[in-house]
Amino acid sequence: MVIAALEQEQVDLVFGYPGGAVLTLYDELYRSGLKHILVRHEQGAVHAADGYARVSGKTGVVIATSGPGATNLVTGIATAYMDSVPLVLLTGQVATPLIGTDSFQEADITGITLPITKHNYLIKDIKELPDTLSEAFYIASSGRPGPVLVDIPKDIFEMEGRFDYKLKQDIPGYKPTVEGHGGQINRAVKAIREAKRPVIFAGGGVIISGAAAELQELAERCRIPVTLSLMALGAYPGDSPLFLGMPGMHGAVCANYALSEADLIIATGVRFDDRVTGKLESFAREAKIIHIDIDPAEIGKNVAIDIPIVGDVKRVLQGILKKVQPGDTGAWLKRIDEWREECFTCAEEQPENDVLTTPYVIREIDRLTAPDTIIATDVGQHQMWTAQHYCFRLPRTFISSGGLGTMGYGFPAALGAKLASPGSTVFCIAGDGSFQMNIQELATAVTHNIDVKVAIINNGYLGMVRQWQELFYGGRYAYSSLQGNPDFVKVAEAYGAKGLRASTPGELRKAIELALATKGPVIIDCQVVAEENVYPMVAPNRPINEIIMGSERK
Amino acid sequence: MKHVLAVLVENKSGVLTRVAGLFSRRGFNIENITVGETTSPGISRMTITVEGDEMVVEQVMKQLHKLVNVIKVSNLSHEPAVMRELMLIKVRAEAQTRSDIQQIVETFRGKVVDVSLDSMIIEVTGNDEKLEAIKLLLQHYGIRELARTGKLALLRGSKVTREA
Repeated sequence: MVIAALEQEQVDLVFGYPGGAVLTLYDELYRSGLKHILVRHEQGAVHAADGYARVSGKTGVVIATSGPGATNLVTGIATAYMDSVPLVLLTGQVATPLIGTDSFQEADITGITLPITKHNYLIKDIKELPDTLSEAFYIASSGRPGPVLVDIPKDIFEMEGRFDYKLKQDIPGYKPTVEGHGGQINRAVKAIREAKRPVIFAGGGVIISGAAAELQELAERCRIPVTLSLMALGAYPGDSPLFLGMPGMHGAVCANYALSEADLIIATGVRFDDRVTGKLESFAREAKIIHIDIDPAEIGKNVAIDIPIVGDVKRVLQGILKKVQPGDTGAWLKRIDEWREECFTCAEEQPENDVLTTPYVIREIDRLTAPDTIIATDVGQHQMWTAQHYCFRLPRTFISSGGLGTMGYGFPAALGAKLASPGSTVFCIAGDGSFQMNIQELATAVTHNIDVKVAIINNGYLGMVRQWQELFYGGRYAYSSLQGNPDFVKVAEAYGAKGLRASTPGELRKAIELALATKGPVIIDCQVVAEENVYPMVAPNRPINEIIMGSERK
Repeated sequence: MKHVLAVLVENKSGVLTRVAGLFSRRGFNIENITVGETTSPGISRMTITVEGDEMVVEQVMKQLHKLVNVIKVSNLSHEPAVMRELMLIKVRAEAQTRSDIQQIVETFRGKVVDVSLDSMIIEVTGNDEKLEAIKLLLQHYGIRELARTGKLALLRGSKVTREA
């Protein structure tokens, strides 16, 4: 019945790991011929499904067994929840008579995942199964997407029942607002026309709702500069003259200055995360804020909003575009160009002394890959440097754990990304720390021959932790050194993948070219200088125009 | 400020946990919460009293509304509404104090629902101030145990809080 539901939902691929409680399901899966990717740890399965969902826009599906199988999903579920990624997670549970008796491999996974799922279910009767599964897919993918978990006891898998499947459900307490309020749209149009210093601040919601084209039209027609949150990189071409870069803690100088001095912020599909706003009291004090989001709870959560518009970003932007007239932004754009000069002077280009710096590695990958290349990252310095130095031009080409900041996300997510878009080059930019958190998925990449390239930014440290220790903890590097790292080339080879090493710009270029020419997974161990810091930087809970630049250090 | 929210929910297992969990995880304070059936099968009504300013309560209501099992959330604090709570008090009562206590109970239009040699149980219904007032008076005689239902509320007049 579960497999039939997956077929109805046009699922073409599931990620999972078998175990006692899901043996019956796996037996059916085996016979159905539905494609299954066997991972080496359940966390890898969720991240892979997450990467698949972010690239394809479809719902990712994961299967895990009861108890430890289910609890191993938790980090991945929380990651997807924070970044609004549609997933359906099917977990096995012990048989219904055993629930609540602390039986073997029993864990209350609906209880555990309550705060990190959009919704979850424990099936107690086979009759509930078809409607629950269709509800799960509907809830996961509609409105503000998110992970939905369905916990199914072993004895339910073994039962037979009537399969009457309705594709969409009418759920009394779940009615996402799609169309924006007409009056509010008119107010927004008026505010845009009157603004002298407007900024568009777009977030992941723009990518999820497929509104990149509308965003671009609004920016270009009204000559409004655009800043994109980490989650939105690619939603607006990174090489456009109106693009300011990412705002916030490691944001571009001109993006932070622009937000701080704007008189109008058009916030679309963003949630004003603390990493963007810095100290809330000083955030955008001069600006009127229009906030467009499908989730009403995001409006006014962190920042007071002048013109709230609840609705799907794409539809609301279409509504605005029908009526909007450009204001006079010429002087403002000139001002921004002056700030931009400052931005570019701080971007270090060619490293000295024939060593590798991380920004150089990232720019080299950018130079040698096509614009539709998908970049997945882990979390830390390399993630911020990727956001700063790689030029993203297309939506759904940057895959990264933004909200939860999950180390170990990048590599399995890259595998999912490649399966979603087999025609694109997929490059994972990983940290030496992060990569080791899901290094076991090398086996998944090799056995399924998933053609993913990994650049491990190897500085021998938990770089971001070390940077904070240097700046805020008196240079005491408490346990942030990764002494004892394995030889990543040998690790790759041991798994049957190709391993390369680069420690100079010349070696790097050759390694990337060779990796791109090789079919199948390739690991490049990029040995970069050890103690490098990500700049610009805004200290936590400081106003975002108080920027620490690299040159000011020490 | 205190706000009284009427929340209509699907009567499904775990819905109370979802609501309670939401409050603790977002750092909202529940003063009290009551749950009971409504006239529509499968739908329960929660009455939740929360402490917080307008922004906090707006956020509470939006977050509650996000829960799939929650059908409707309304704030009854801004409209005329009848609010009642029931309290049971077991008070120390010897022969010489019994009639005094009975007088207090009558003044507050309460009821004596149980009597033993050295104690009485009193049932009293009303709004916050009334319950606090009788509690304060009876403390003088020694309250041995106390139980409250939490607040219930309905809008005055013919207006109703209904699903959809």
